[in-house]
Formats: sequence, structure tokens, C-alpha cells
Amino acid sequence: MNKRLTTFYWMTVPAVLLFFVFLTLPALQGFYYSLTNWNGFGHQYHFVGFKNYINLFQDDNVGNAYWFTFKFAIVVTIATNILSLLIALGLNAKIRFRNFFRGIYFLPNILSVLIVGYIFNYLFSNVFTIWGQNLGITSLSTNILGSEQLAWVGVVIVAVWQGIAFNTILYLAGLQTIPTSLYEASNLDGAGKWREFWSITFPLIAPFFTINMVLAMKNSLMVFDQIVALTNGGPGRATQSISHLIYTGGFKGGEFAYQSANSVIYFIVIAIISILQLRFLQRREMDN
Amino acid sequence: MKTSRRTNWPVLLLVALGTIFILFPLYMTVTIALKNPEQMAHSAFAFPTELHWENFSRAVEMTNFFSAFQNSVMVTTSTVILTLLTNSMVAYAIARNMQRRFFKGLYFYFVSAMFIPFPIIMLPIVKLASGLHMTNLLGLIMLHTVYGLAFNVFVYVGYIRSIPVALEEAATVDGATTWGTFWRIIFPLMAPISATVGILTCLSTYNDFLLPLIIISDAEQYTLPLVQYVFQGQFNTDFNLAFASYLMALLPMIIVYLLAQKWIINGVTQGSVK
Repeated sequence: MNKRLTTFYWMTVPAVLLFFVFLTLPALQGFYYSLTNWNGFGHQYHFVGFKNYINLFQDDNVGNAYWFTFKFAIVVTIATNILSLLIALGLNAKIRFRNFFRGIYFLPNILSVLIVGYIFNYLFSNVFTIWGQNLGITSLSTNILGSEQLAWVGVVIVAVWQGIAFNTILYLAGLQTIPTSLYEASNLDGAGKWREFWSITFPLIAPFFTINMVLAMKNSLMVFDQIVALTNGGPGRATQSISHLIYTGGFKGGEFAYQSANSVIYFIVIAIISILQLRFLQRREMDN
Repeated sequence: MKTSRRTNWPVLLLVALGTIFILFPLYMTVTIALKNPEQMAHSAFAFPTELHWENFSRAVEMTNFFSAFQNSVMVTTSTVILTLLTNSMVAYAIARNMQRRFFKGLYFYFVSAMFIPFPIIMLPIVKLASGLHMTNLLGLIMLHTVYGLAFNVFVYVGYIRSIPVALEEAATVDGATTWGTFWRIIFPLMAPISATVGILTCLSTYNDFLLPLIIISDAEQYTLPLVQYVFQGQFNTDFNLAFASYLMALLPMIIVYLLAQKWIINGVTQGSVK
């Protein structure tokens, strides 16, 4: 029996080793760098304590990136969940070619985010503008990605277009766990569709609602590929997300240590949001 | 009022109309890839009257497509294989020893990494990889394998705990070692969940852009998304060429999807709901 246990220990070795070297170690290193003034390529650097952290709070670019990222993440999370729940309800109704439509709606999820971004970039600049001009809609007749006020909406549209696919499939899985007998009973009681949705459907798919909200929020807080493909953070810094700021400042701007400090803050923020979201939504699940 | 068994036509109509939003960008991608600039100027939306296949051959040349394709396929298949072997093994050891403090601790150690966003370790990982001479495809494979671990262990452990222990005990009585039991009994039994993990790993590795962007510097080792990025920066005026190149990069996953659509959708559903 002891030999069995030894084997079990050996089984964990490759994963533990890889995980420690490539995840835990860099995370600790990142924290260490955040306390220095290293620019990322020289050999000289000094320990500066929490100076980077103090500076972060007075940096307009950092404030900007957090503001954009949060605004973006909240809008994307809400829009994605509403639309994918509607689509899932549609795909769960008594319709023909159900599997065919399921296949179509899931398609965006298998495509590269970067390339989808490039395709939409072209649509925004060369296709939607023609529609805008033909229909006489002034806000559409110029490229919205070039507008400081509207560019973020363009990024939202692309993220939602692609994000809906995954959430829809999860909602659909949830809807299929609801026994049809419940609807037959509520039909007998004369409940309307609206009542039926709020009293039966929505409470029963609550765990799926939780996981979809958490996933959509976490994914959109990390937005990077779409930014690179659509706006590269511009115009100005209007659509610079936190991860895009860490990437450009850390690798190209000589702010290695400073952006490491930003990463630590970013990690704490994401962890807090995820935990709060899980707690709040799971409590709501139990109330129902 | 009885539940009707007839098709719900209004809903069907709405669902069908909705697919326009999904298909329109893809339709545009295909038509632009097949047109030339004169045709585009003539009509932006119409299907091309004459097909310009030479966009594809020129894009192949300019992006060195086959080299990038080979790299992407190599990285993706290696990552999937390495993931299935290492992640299932450690998950098995954890699932069968959850009552022991070490394994339970390990489980939480791995799973907690689901909350670590990649940009946190992005800066140090580049330093580390270059120190270890791993800023190449091998490094990419290792890193992709590690970053999937948190989610995969979570999914695998849940599944293994639903496999009855009695099977393994019978094998032990017959004299099988733990290794033998794992490879001959447990690993084959895990096929459904391995398919799920494999599909999700395949999609995320093939489409990943950020990790290759920071790790790979040698142009010969570029993966497909990286090629699109570099290509876009250099030739952003010839849209027909660019779209031919996008389409070629998207096509392998679309083909895989068409062949294994039902599997992929079921896999995604199972993997995330566990």
C-alpha cells in the first residue's frame, strides 16, 4: 500500500514542477520587481519600496486604463448575458433545424479573436460608413473607431459578437436541465410567458447565470487582442485597457518595474471582483 | 391549454434573422478575399463576378503561410498531447487522495490559479523564458500546458471522483501496479472528459496571440495569429490580400469545427458546467 502512495506522489511531480517554475515563481518575481526601479533591460536597478504603488495612484494613464476597462467589462458582461439568454431561449423553443442554428451561433467562439478584430476593423472603416452615408446617419458615416467618444462602443460590439457564442451554449445547457413537466403544470395554472420565465426558467438556471456572469466579466477585464486589432489603444488613449497598458509600458516604454506594480494591483482587483461576484450570485441562487 | 408540438414559427423566424449578424462578417471575409480592388470599388457587398484565387497564392508567399501553419499545428498538437498526459495524471493522484492534506493542498494550489489573469505574470515570464532559452516553440508548448492546468485539473478531478474506486481495487487485487491501473483502466475511462479538455486546449492554443507575441522573436517560429499581426502592420493597404490571409488562418479551425461540431459543442458544455 505504501508503494501505491509513492507512485501517487510521483504522478504529481511533472505538473507541480512546471506549475511552480512557470506560474508561482514569475508571480513572486513580478511582486519583487514591483518594489524596484528596473526598466527591464539594463543591469542596474535599486530597491525603491512602495514608490511605484504610490505613483500609480497619481498616474492619469493608469486611471484612464482602469476607467475604460471597467466601463467596457460591465457593458460587455450585461449585453452578452442578455443577448445570449435570449438566443438560448430561442434555440430551446420548438423550432426546426435546431442543431443547425446551434452550430451557427457557436461559430464565432472558434475563431481567432485577433483576426475577428481585423475583420471588424475593416467593416467599421469601410462598410458601415457606406451604410451610414447612404442612410444619412451622421454618427455612422465616419469610422467610429476613430472617434474618441465612440471607439469604445466599437470594441464592445466586437467583444459581444464573439462572447455571445460561449454564453449561449452554457445557457442552452442550463435550459435543457429544466423538466418540461414544470411548464405543463404552470400552463395548467394559467401562468403567462413572462411569469413563467421569472418564476421557473430564471431561478432554475441561476447557477448558469452565475458562471456566465463571472466568466464574461473576467474575460472582458483581460481584454487585449481586440484592442490590438481594432484601435491599438487609441484614439489618444481612449481605448487603452489595463493589460494593453501593462504590455506597452512594460515591454516598450521602459516601465518594467512600474507596470509590475500595476499588475499586482490589477490582480488584487480581479480577485476581489471574482470573489464578490461568486458570493453575491451564489447567495442569490440559494434564496430562490 | 396543452403544450403544442408544432413549430414555433415566430421564434424560428427571429432565430434565423439573428444568424445574419453572425454570418455577415464571414460572408464579407470570403467575398473580399476573392475580389480585386476594382471589383471592391464597384460594389462592396455583391458576390464577386470573377474569382481572384491569386490573392491566396500571393498571401501564402508574403506571409510564409506554410511555415506558420506548421508551427501552429506543431504547437497545438504537442500542447494537447502534453496536457492530456500530465494534467490527467496529476488530477488522478489528487482525486484518489483527497483525504490527505498534501493532495488537498495541491488541488487548491492549482485551482486558485484560475483567478490569476495572465498579464500579471506576463512581464517576468519573458525574463524567465529567455533565461532558460525557452523563447521558442518548445517554451510556448510548456507555457500553454501550464496555463491550462488550473481549469483542467478542476474538470478532471470532478470527473475522476465519479468513477467507482472498486474497479481499481479489483485491478490491484489482480496484481496491477498503480501506474498500470492508471494507464490501462483509468486513462481509457476518462476518454469523454479528455475529449473535452483536448478540444478546449486545441481551440485556445491555436487561437492564442498574446503568449506567442511576447515569447517568440524569431520570424521563422511565428504562429498563425502572430503572422497576421506582423502582416497587418506591413501591408495594411491591400485588403484583398489581407483577407485572403485571414481566411487561410481561420480555415483549419472552421474545417475541424464542421467535422466535429456536435462533439465540440457538447464538450464545451460539459467542461464548463462541471
